[in-house]
Amino acid sequence: MMRLTAIAVERGRRRIVDGVSLDVAPGRLLAIVGPNGAGKTTLLAAMAGDLRPAGGTVMLDDRDLHRWSPLDLARRRAVMPQAARMGFSLPVRDVVALGRSPFERSHTRCENAAAVARAIHAADVGHLVNRSYETLSGGEQQRVQLARAVAQLDLERAGAKPMLLLDEPTANLDLAHQHAVLLLARNLAKQGVAVVAILHDLGLAFTYADQVVALQGGRAVAQGAPPEVLTPTLLRDVFQVDGLVVSGHLVVQGPLAA
Amino acid sequence: MSDLAIGAGRLTSLPRGARTGLAILLLLAAMAASLAIGAVPLSLRDVLQALMGQAEDARQAAVIWQLRLPRTLMAGLVGAGLALAGAMTQGLFRNPIADPSLIGVSAGAAVVTAALIVFGAILLPPGWLPYAMPLGAFAGSLAVIAIVSRIAMVEARTSVALLLLAGIAINALAMAGTGLLVYLSDDRQMRDITFWTLGSVGGATWVKVWALAPCIILPLICAPWFARALDALNLGEREAAHLGFRVERVKRLACFAFALAVGGAVSVSGIIGFVGLVVPHLVRLTFGARHCVLLPFSAIGGATLLILADVVARTIVAPAELPIGLITAFIGGPFFLALLLRRRREFAA
Repeated sequence: MMRLTAIAVERGRRRIVDGVSLDVAPGRLLAIVGPNGAGKTTLLAAMAGDLRPAGGTVMLDDRDLHRWSPLDLARRRAVMPQAARMGFSLPVRDVVALGRSPFERSHTRCENAAAVARAIHAADVGHLVNRSYETLSGGEQQRVQLARAVAQLDLERAGAKPMLLLDEPTANLDLAHQHAVLLLARNLAKQGVAVVAILHDLGLAFTYADQVVALQGGRAVAQGAPPEVLTPTLLRDVFQVDGLVVSGHLVVQGPLAA
Repeated sequence: MSDLAIGAGRLTSLPRGARTGLAILLLLAAMAASLAIGAVPLSLRDVLQALMGQAEDARQAAVIWQLRLPRTLMAGLVGAGLALAGAMTQGLFRNPIADPSLIGVSAGAAVVTAALIVFGAILLPPGWLPYAMPLGAFAGSLAVIAIVSRIAMVEARTSVALLLLAGIAINALAMAGTGLLVYLSDDRQMRDITFWTLGSVGGATWVKVWALAPCIILPLICAPWFARALDALNLGEREAAHLGFRVERVKRLACFAFALAVGGAVSVSGIIGFVGLVVPHLVRLTFGARHCVLLPFSAIGGATLLILADVVARTIVAPAELPIGLITAFIGGPFFLALLLRRRREFAA
């Protein structure tokens, strides 16, 4: 269980995130939405432990995130980056296997290999395993990074369930894979993982998330279940688009008429 | 090129043990050639007998034990150190063109060593110089790598352009420093410095081998520990941190090991360029980019390459000797150009 209490993040003099409080519960899929520059990626970075908030606290299991050792933290949470270029190309299988680095000592080789195989299957990159990472398209690379992050989740052992942080996991993907990725995220949540995803597509957030937090100018302007947050009023005020819910799906109709 | 790629493909499909065996066999063959070939040609049997202390001819034993064995070992250690250092910096900076000589680290070590050649006799008690030189060179390379990596790091990413430009600046500065030292030196020191800036393993002695060995072997022992972290760094610094690595600590220790290897190598043999560029690249081509394979094989490959280059250096214009740095530059220069040509787009972007 991760709890953010009134956290603030500053870059230079600018406040990027300003007083956001949030609970991330295991077994739930939380979507972070907001227009460009709202502080979504920075908020996710604070949850990943990449940066220290200027104010407020991020607690994981009632312990401040910065009191966790990097290795212990890596065993509890995985991060899928927005885009990752590698310095030197590796075969896809080896890239995914890097996700097991935190468990090289704690798990057997066999367990680690099994986790890699499961992650490859889950992210639907089985046909790419022998390809060189460099030769993949942007969307394929993204799915490989997803597989790497999934491989880092320790689901087999009893105890506290891990967290998965996804930074725009659907950015470069075709429609079918966008849905596949969010189905996978839902599925992982069902197994007890706390999943946090930055999503630009409000329709996807509406359909798949258990909980949505909407950011604007670094502040959380609304949070709760998707139908409570993604209302026509919020769409108009925060995203400057018209939208309505049709038979359980959110339909964005286009920009506001001037 | 395609032939090379196919050959490389076949090599990668060999089991790991066979590949290791092949690499070690090549190294042993290079050592045997280096011990046998020279002004006094010896047969392999002569070499083996001399090594086991059963030489029929005392002169042969002297040639092996006093001249060729220390020289071969020194060339091997220097080559292993430079190639290992190259592979480590390339992993650290996530870039295939980070060679110790290109980014100014060798030159930094060279200035300190040149200063010790000129002033060492005055400043140090007699007998300390052979041991002070690797230490001084280590300090010099450590300073340069610290400066260069600080300049090239922008918002947690290394800019290759900045890395190379900083290297150019430091190389120029170091060259000026060495020039000044040449100006201040007497005739004998000047010859030492000049010959030494071109790179040579000609002055090999057992003392130098003993002074050099820990500088190379220590980083080599740490290599398996670095390998996992460098693999993770390949994804990016933030990603490596997400995988549980203490990135800053890894970088500091890697720079330390790197400076030790380069400093040690430069202090005994001068500036030998491109070994750190060529060898890791070839190893990556044949064995893949994973550091648990790359680091040890780069060391073996570097040793092999430099021992062979030294055999060429001392036979091609016999009885005179070419500086070995010239030979590696003749191999490495075109190689570097070819590498740039293949990656032009990337660098232009």
